[in-house]
Amino acid sequence: MTDTILYTVITLTSVGVIAATILYILTLYFKVYENPLIGEVDEVLPGANCAGCGSPGCRPFAEKLVNSDDISDLFCPVGGNDVMAQVAKILGKEVAEKDPEVAVLLCQGSCEVRPKTNFYDGPSSCSIESMIYGGDTGCQYGCLGGGECVDACTFDAMYMDEKTGLPVVIDDKCTGCNACVTACPRELLELRPKQKRDLKVYVGCKNLEKGGVAKKSCNVACIGCSKCIDACSKDAITVEDNLAYIDAALCTLCRKCIPVCPTDSIIEENFPKPVDKEKARAKAKEKAKAKKEAEKKAKEAAKEKVAVAVAVKEEQKKE
Amino acid sequence: MLRTFPKGGIHPADNKISADRPIEELPLPKVVSIPISQHIGAPAEIVVEKKQKVKVGDIIATAKGYVSSNIHATVSGVVTKIDTVLDSSGYKNPAVTIRVKDDEWIDTVDQGDEIIREFELTQEEIVRKIMEAGIVGLGGAAFPSHVKLAPPKDKKADILIVNGVECEPYLTADHRLMIEKPEHILVGIDILKKALGVEKVGIGVEANTPDAVKIFQQLTKGRKDIEVYPLKVKYPQGGEKQLIKAVTGEEVPAGGLPIDVGAIVHNVGTVYAVYEAIQKNKPLVERIVTVTGKNLENPSNFRVRIGTPVSDIIEAAGGLPEDAGKIINGGPMMGKALSDVTVPITKGTSGILIIPEAEGRRGEVKSCIRCSRCVSVCPMGLEPYLLMTLIEKKFDDRAKDEDIFDCIECGSCNYICPSHRPLLDYIRLGKKVLK
Repeated sequence: MTDTILYTVITLTSVGVIAATILYILTLYFKVYENPLIGEVDEVLPGANCAGCGSPGCRPFAEKLVNSDDISDLFCPVGGNDVMAQVAKILGKEVAEKDPEVAVLLCQGSCEVRPKTNFYDGPSSCSIESMIYGGDTGCQYGCLGGGECVDACTFDAMYMDEKTGLPVVIDDKCTGCNACVTACPRELLELRPKQKRDLKVYVGCKNLEKGGVAKKSCNVACIGCSKCIDACSKDAITVEDNLAYIDAALCTLCRKCIPVCPTDSIIEENFPKPVDKEKARAKAKEKAKAKKEAEKKAKEAAKEKVAVAVAVKEEQKKE
Repeated sequence: MLRTFPKGGIHPADNKISADRPIEELPLPKVVSIPISQHIGAPAEIVVEKKQKVKVGDIIATAKGYVSSNIHATVSGVVTKIDTVLDSSGYKNPAVTIRVKDDEWIDTVDQGDEIIREFELTQEEIVRKIMEAGIVGLGGAAFPSHVKLAPPKDKKADILIVNGVECEPYLTADHRLMIEKPEHILVGIDILKKALGVEKVGIGVEANTPDAVKIFQQLTKGRKDIEVYPLKVKYPQGGEKQLIKAVTGEEVPAGGLPIDVGAIVHNVGTVYAVYEAIQKNKPLVERIVTVTGKNLENPSNFRVRIGTPVSDIIEAAGGLPEDAGKIINGGPMMGKALSDVTVPITKGTSGILIIPEAEGRRGEVKSCIRCSRCVSVCPMGLEPYLLMTLIEKKFDDRAKDEDIFDCIECGSCNYICPSHRPLLDYIRLGKKVLK
């Protein structure tokens, strides 16, 4: 009896010792060296794996950060400047500083302002619908309402508004990871800097058609009339291919362009008090009228002056 | 036993309602819009100006590059607009709009009816003339024909296959052409034979058009170089690769071209256009279009000037029926629904099909039940259910490994799927994403 116990103990112990030795040797042999910094950096990254930085996830991004000499063009949009500052502290490298960005939708074509012209019954995927044709409205540049951007968002920062049929970005949740921008086959989403208090002014349209055609297909389409250019004192607005664009870097959020837009295609967001368009327009009209009158008066005065001058001259001649 | 291709295929109801309607000339439209990209390859370059007067046959846009095609004025009149126009692609694309006035042709065109059999052009001259006439494949894909006639130097064509298989249900344009102009087509075949330097010609015709089979058999009696192949009815036999397999028994390798097995395929419509271009100096300004549909008053086959609005030819066929659900450009299998009736007929339009509301809707999409019917009907031996899932879940590279580019987009999988899954839609998307 004792023999059996003894033999068992001896056999099992020796098997254990041999296995442990082999494993120890193997670990020495197959040891993979990993820079401990990678783990450290990975720790401070948000862990969202959204691929907004361009790497497939946070771990690969950490590897990239540790392994590259120059990381000034790498940036984690989700963590923002805070996280990048921590990374810089760990790695002792210089990092870029960027203003936080949020996604905005460059289309206001709700069912009300953009009537349907046909019926689409294919798969509910924007990419497929966009591949098949211009869409079920007259505008071949606008939102198709399939919600591919919403599906692409990993932060729950978007939802489809059932009333308008358009996606909505929840600014507080949006991290500016770019996922929706790449998901949209019509390139209708754009990352714009958050600026102060997340105030935004932008042209909510992508229609490149000539004014009349664009307006026919959608009531709030940008018709490329260039009135906003004249209203802007900072040269922040450009019009190309019948479409206006506001450069966020130059825009001072003065909102002078908003009331002059005849189709209301310039959007203001998060301002505590929206521009009173009616009032502004009435004021502008009055101003224009006053200006015209002033011009008229000036002209008349000039005419009178000329007449007087002529009379004087004639009189002089006579003399 | 009749020949056919062995792998897959389906048997949709053929509904050839307009088969006994002779080809009629469609009255001239008031305005035509001629898109400059009606073919595969680079869009042509517009060479006319606004307010310029043109005659039928004048070049209005020249081919830009080798794989491209000339575009001719299909009516006489005044160019009123050079702008984007909604075309069958579903998007607005550049087009030349001409207001029709009279019907004046350029002088070189022989408008007579009599058949001319003799020709004395050399190989190069034939190919050049075909190129100048702006001829593209009229079966539907609209691939520039001169490219097909000049195979790479290291490859030699030994058989010309004439595609008289109109496997799409409803369409009868090729069928009517075969029984009304068989002799012209045979002259066209001789021209193409010389252009390609081949000795053998096979005419593939499906057995559901026995009159066409009979006519060609009678006319080619005693000719050793041309053989008529009556084929067992099966969709998609009109596909280039399927037809080659059915006629010669050889399989075009994956990713290869028909020339790899020594075959060149041309549609009967193209062959007829070649006859007209060479013997009558007539560029491609018109084509035969079937207008059909179950509730259409007057399903017909029309000879239509390219650029004519679809609404005109529907009107000529008795107007849009009240229960119309979809207007399809092409056949029911590979055609594409139009979003507007103002779109112009292009070189690739083989038919306009009006589907009643009740039949036109897609079924409700349900989960895949793994019945593998799509696999068994795929004529290319692919696995559509797998390709769809891979593309849907964005495994693009794996889809490439699964030979997504071999798909000929025949739509057999969509047709057979009991769960109404949009298999082909996703495969097309995958092909576009991967390109």
